[in-house]
Amino acid sequence: MKAICAVTTLAAFVFSAHAFAEGRIDRIKESGAITLGYPESSVPFGYLDAQQKPVGYTVEICEAVSAKIKTSLGLKSLEIHYNPTASATRIPLLANGTIDLECGNTTNKADRHTLVDFAPTTFVAQVVLVARKDGGVDVNDLSTFRGKTIAAQAGGQTFKLISMLNAQHDYGISVAPAKDTAETFLMVSSGRAAGSANDDGLAYGAVASSKNPEDFVIGTHGLELAPYGILEPKDDPEFKKLVDTAVVELIKDGTVEKLYDKYFNSPIPPRGINLKYPMSAALKKALANPTDSPDPANYE
Amino acid sequence: MNYDWSWRIFLELSSNGVDSYLHKLLIGVGWTLALSLSAGFIALIFGSVVAVLRTARPVWLQLIGTVYVEIFRNIPLLVQMFLWYFVLPELLPKDWGDALKQMGQPWGQFIPAVLCLSFYGTARLAETLRAGIQSLPGGQRQAGTAMGLTPVQVYRYVIMPQAYRVVIPPLTSEFMGIVKYSSVALTIGLLELTGQARAMQEFSFHIFEAFSAATVGYLLINGCVVLVMHYVERHFALPGRIGWNTRIKLSGAAS
Repeated sequence: MKAICAVTTLAAFVFSAHAFAEGRIDRIKESGAITLGYPESSVPFGYLDAQQKPVGYTVEICEAVSAKIKTSLGLKSLEIHYNPTASATRIPLLANGTIDLECGNTTNKADRHTLVDFAPTTFVAQVVLVARKDGGVDVNDLSTFRGKTIAAQAGGQTFKLISMLNAQHDYGISVAPAKDTAETFLMVSSGRAAGSANDDGLAYGAVASSKNPEDFVIGTHGLELAPYGILEPKDDPEFKKLVDTAVVELIKDGTVEKLYDKYFNSPIPPRGINLKYPMSAALKKALANPTDSPDPANYE
Repeated sequence: MNYDWSWRIFLELSSNGVDSYLHKLLIGVGWTLALSLSAGFIALIFGSVVAVLRTARPVWLQLIGTVYVEIFRNIPLLVQMFLWYFVLPELLPKDWGDALKQMGQPWGQFIPAVLCLSFYGTARLAETLRAGIQSLPGGQRQAGTAMGLTPVQVYRYVIMPQAYRVVIPPLTSEFMGIVKYSSVALTIGLLELTGQARAMQEFSFHIFEAFSAATVGYLLINGCVVLVMHYVERHFALPGRIGWNTRIKLSGAAS
């Protein structure tokens, strides 16, 4: 009992005390450095190249944002530090101040706003189906998967979506959970599942980096939209404003569009594959009118 | 740390919109229990067999036991999980492999996970039991043989009843280990306790609450293992061996 009391008191103390009375801006000014969090294997949003250096669409946007921050704060130099994150570590690392921004493929959802803030949307993902060409199914029509198996990330948004659609229309699809995108794709290529449900960016990444990309077909009909944004720490309005302004400027001056072409329509490191994925209408719209809204309806 | 700590999150609706997060975590506890109980049971039976092989007189039986133990003990559990789930169906005849792949949810994940943990647990329990068997004085085996028992009877009536009772304390650790190893099943998509905690943080972003709950879950499950094994230890202790003192104390207090 004593131990439980001690732990609770400690937890309450640690989490109620704001370890950072001063904002991020002061800290960045003081240390002359900003720390970016990035996922290590989310091609093409954030991943490691052949030299083990973090690259990717969102990572480069963050680097451009850092350059803007340097100018607007009038700093002589701003060092960029990188810190790898995983889906389970991004929130704590952001909350405890280890990273200042998370640059990957995090979906902007309303109920996440109690814990973090999001920069204006820089990618709009659509949930699409991937299947083998010889699988006898139509990736744009969920009903052709009747009685078959679809793999999706365990506990992920796509898993929930397919289960829900399946229940609504009574397709009798069995939804197989897998650990991550790479594993859902492995389940399709090994024949364990007829198809997999993934966010389109990751689906293109998985297919393009497979041994025989032409064996697979990716759906064009999105089942659901999911806006991605750079993660910002909660309750630091000045820092959020600084980052948001930088992101909007980068969208307006065409930098984001150029980066999109660099990562989605031309060969990317480490193996020089080309995802060949033209920009979706939803993303074009989001770039024309930058917004940090978590509501998918605003992107349709 | 700027974190919105909230224990009420457990009562909120989870990703499926029907059950609360707490309900989902309890379902996860159920799968963890099912997985560890079945794996522990199978491992105890086959672990005994392999332990007997490793201590049997014929050299070729010892060899089989040793090869089994070294293979399954030396490969990381995570790798074994992948082998059972992804590689085994490819090695079987096509019909069998397809049947394995098309198995309904979550049995398609549960059965490979049980197989993996059982084979791994068998290797570990076999070593524990072998230690127990070899700790017995050699005279026990000789006395059994002198009475005209066959080697099988010697094991059945003389050696194993003593060996089991000697190894109860390390056996407790092995069972607790199996409960903890069961979390590796999340890598093949089985939503046991750790898997549900991971899913919960994925949706709600409340990572500390999710994994605190998982921690408490494992503490409680393993606490129960300790209590049960403690009872077993007291009940079956051998005179003059481990656990006997507690038994004397208890019965002394009663009389």
